[in-house]
Amino acid sequence: MSAALLSQLLNGLQYGLLLFLIASGLTLVFGVLGIINLAHGSLFMIGAYIVFFVVSKVGSLWIAIPVAVICGLALGALLERFLFRHFYDREHLDQVLLTFALILIFEEVRSLLVGNDFHSVPVPAILDFSVPITGTFSYAAYRLFVIAVCLAVAAVLFYWIERTKMGAIIRAAAEKPEIVDILGIDARRVHLVVFAVGAALAVMAGGLAAPLTSVYPNMGSGLLIISFVVVVVGGLGSVSGAFWAALLIGLIDTLGKAYGSSLVSLPLGQVLAALASMSVYIVMVAILLFRPTGLFGRRA
Amino acid sequence: MSSSHMLPQSWIGWCALAVGALVLAILPFYVPSYYVGLTTVAMIAAMLALSVHLLVGGAGMVSLCHGAFYGVGAYTVFFLSPEGSPQPAWLTLPVAMLVSGLCALVVGALSIRTKGFFFLMVTLAFGQMLFTVLHDTKLGGGTDGAYLAKPILSLFGYTFDPMSLPRSQRSFPAYYVAFGQLVVTYLVLAFLLRSLFGRVLHGIKLNEHRMEALGYNTGFYKLGAFVIAGVFAGAAGHMWSLQSGFVNPELLAWHKSAEALLMILLGGINSLAGAIIGAFAFTALGEAALSLTDRKLLVQGLVVLLAVIVLRHGIAGIRLRDPRRWLQALRSPGKWPNLSVRKPVQEARQND
Amino acid sequence: MIDQPILQTEDVSRRFGGLFAVRNVTFALAARGLHAVIGPNGAGKSTFVNLLSGQVQPSAGRILLRGQDVSGLPAWRFPHLGVTRSFQRTNIFKSFTVHENVRLAAQATRVFGKDMFSTVRRTAHLNDVADRAIERVGLADQRQTIAGILSHGAQRQLEIAMTLAIEPQVILLDEPLAGMGQDESERMAALMGGLATDHAVLLIEHDMDFVFQVADRMTVLVEGKILATGTPEEIRRNAAVQAAYLGDSDVH
Repeated sequence: MSAALLSQLLNGLQYGLLLFLIASGLTLVFGVLGIINLAHGSLFMIGAYIVFFVVSKVGSLWIAIPVAVICGLALGALLERFLFRHFYDREHLDQVLLTFALILIFEEVRSLLVGNDFHSVPVPAILDFSVPITGTFSYAAYRLFVIAVCLAVAAVLFYWIERTKMGAIIRAAAEKPEIVDILGIDARRVHLVVFAVGAALAVMAGGLAAPLTSVYPNMGSGLLIISFVVVVVGGLGSVSGAFWAALLIGLIDTLGKAYGSSLVSLPLGQVLAALASMSVYIVMVAILLFRPTGLFGRRA
Repeated sequence: MSSSHMLPQSWIGWCALAVGALVLAILPFYVPSYYVGLTTVAMIAAMLALSVHLLVGGAGMVSLCHGAFYGVGAYTVFFLSPEGSPQPAWLTLPVAMLVSGLCALVVGALSIRTKGFFFLMVTLAFGQMLFTVLHDTKLGGGTDGAYLAKPILSLFGYTFDPMSLPRSQRSFPAYYVAFGQLVVTYLVLAFLLRSLFGRVLHGIKLNEHRMEALGYNTGFYKLGAFVIAGVFAGAAGHMWSLQSGFVNPELLAWHKSAEALLMILLGGINSLAGAIIGAFAFTALGEAALSLTDRKLLVQGLVVLLAVIVLRHGIAGIRLRDPRRWLQALRSPGKWPNLSVRKPVQEARQND
Repeated sequence: MIDQPILQTEDVSRRFGGLFAVRNVTFALAARGLHAVIGPNGAGKSTFVNLLSGQVQPSAGRILLRGQDVSGLPAWRFPHLGVTRSFQRTNIFKSFTVHENVRLAAQATRVFGKDMFSTVRRTAHLNDVADRAIERVGLADQRQTIAGILSHGAQRQLEIAMTLAIEPQVILLDEPLAGMGQDESERMAALMGGLATDHAVLLIEHDMDFVFQVADRMTVLVEGKILATGTPEEIRRNAAVQAAYLGDSDVH
């Protein structure tokens, strides 16, 4: 395996795992709360900016990421309590527009507070080196760190969903929303926790990505759509589906982007390049055609 | 529902529409040319909002791919009539409509099988796919977009050149083309909603499952509506190119769809004309916000937030005559106030 | 050949997850007459109707309409083939008038192509069809009433009018009496008796009195399987039915 390909595969893995952090929140919020949250990508952007802000003040990513996660939990709880709670029974259109308005507001507030410049966040010194993987190829330690953290978060998330009492309620609610009422569980608490956790995951993803991608306006909007593709491919409301779909989409998108531009020189190069840029969506279409409820979808 | 849904329920409503059309018809002669251009932009937005309203209000389908068909219409003009070699509008308009309609046919055929949230997400992804093609490749000028030659207004060998007009009236031709197209768009969509086809869409909006049990191939009707809406979105996109002479990938972005949906919500979800009212209100709002602050999007975002929360039937649905609702809202602070009467969610949601 | 069945199932099963809702059911519905399907709650009666009307696809087995295999066809095709149904929960368009509801039903199998784009006023033949159906169920004096404000019984009648507007040969009625009063039930019994003279009517019903009074034939479903089929008299005397289903409830 060539070093370049190995590097792209690792990039794809790392990108896919970040996608999982975003998409798992999206799929949980949809599955349990029945809310389609287009502002989820803005939470990613907010996370990156919080990390940028804290790092520039305190100088440590190790403080910045926990701070971002706590802010994410708090922001998620506030949004749920004061806005989303009133939209569970509303039509899709209202939910779309509510969250679209939130995107506009978040971006403008961000612009008011920190302006529209690109900012870079330094990789912490302790991780600022490359890990030799094969004789000729080494890989950035921070990227490996991101992979490890995402896997750890995924493990905790699975434990929470699969092994705890709250997780059982969440799984039941994702399968049959009425069940929460039937069991006499305080649905409000479940909703609040799920939304806050979903928000915190997206914020955390933004924080982890900040040193990799730098921090810039609208940085969450592209990821939002890809996360929706992940949710569709994985099946609505399924966290394990989101995990495998995120890895799949992460790899395909990375490879498509990496090798798409090199196709231009071939005959029909423009068309091939266009197809490569669409590869993620082509996968989604294929899956929709053969499994309309997604790879792991349980209900239509 | 004594008469068709989404349309004026009495002659008073039709008269109001006629008066509105009359005002638009004479407007350019009484306002500075800047506002002629602004009104043209608002009318183009209104056409886009009208076309998506056939889906939202007519059939209860919320699509986030609609902006992409608008963009495809605009880009079709760019491909046919690139900078330096203008083509006549009688050629570019039908081709733009045809191409957008074909895109809608493909996207619709694939996404119509899904419902509710899935439909939203799938249309969002398809819209983004079209956006990506023009954004990431050099086919249409790439990220920055490209200039194009505005289609020539010629018919039956007679060509109209805006440059032959006095300077202050050069924005008039685009204005009147847009005005005519807006009127035609409204009338065609109104006719569609009145027809038996529109009745079927209304039935699907209320209860798709029941319509299937009655023997309606609901997917076919939904696809039909999706394609017709796509064709009209393409026509609106064509008008954009004709007016501005410029395209960029943002025309296809899902924000365009969301904006069109906002206009519908602002204007009134239960009335076709609401799309026009909403488009004008949204444009005016942006303009007013710009004159107050440079934070146009913030103002728009806040207004939309407020509109989503309290103004559930849009401007066309405000019932000021019922002050009890205001009182109710004050008395129950736990709930958001609601200024307009709304059908129970139950019936609207039978589709899911 | 008079008794040639119009609708048959051959060894039809339907599973949901690991559970059989309907299991190896072989059944025949005569072209005329009222055939009642009874059974305890959860016996698979509604799934059975859903199978016969295409709302649910069989996991195994075949469904034959006039000898033709129709299993796997989409639900919307069935009305075009002469099979219609009503729903257990009242399922009408509450914001439409009675007439509009029925006309919408009449339109489904009659208007195609460019006629779709004509307006309501130009389609007098639909109005006639709708009016006939409304008259037959006895709602003629309420044809311009908004369906949502009709009494519960009238809404059930409207539902039947909607199935009639399709002019079907097979009518599947899923608990049409649910929630009806005594008077309304009697009127409905008369209506069904009338329908059964020129249609194949399949009726799912809980009310035993009613079933034994109107049915020409009966089938007992228990746990997704057919326990017995026969005339009401045969069912009443059937020991297995008495043991398994009718049990200690008084059978007339």
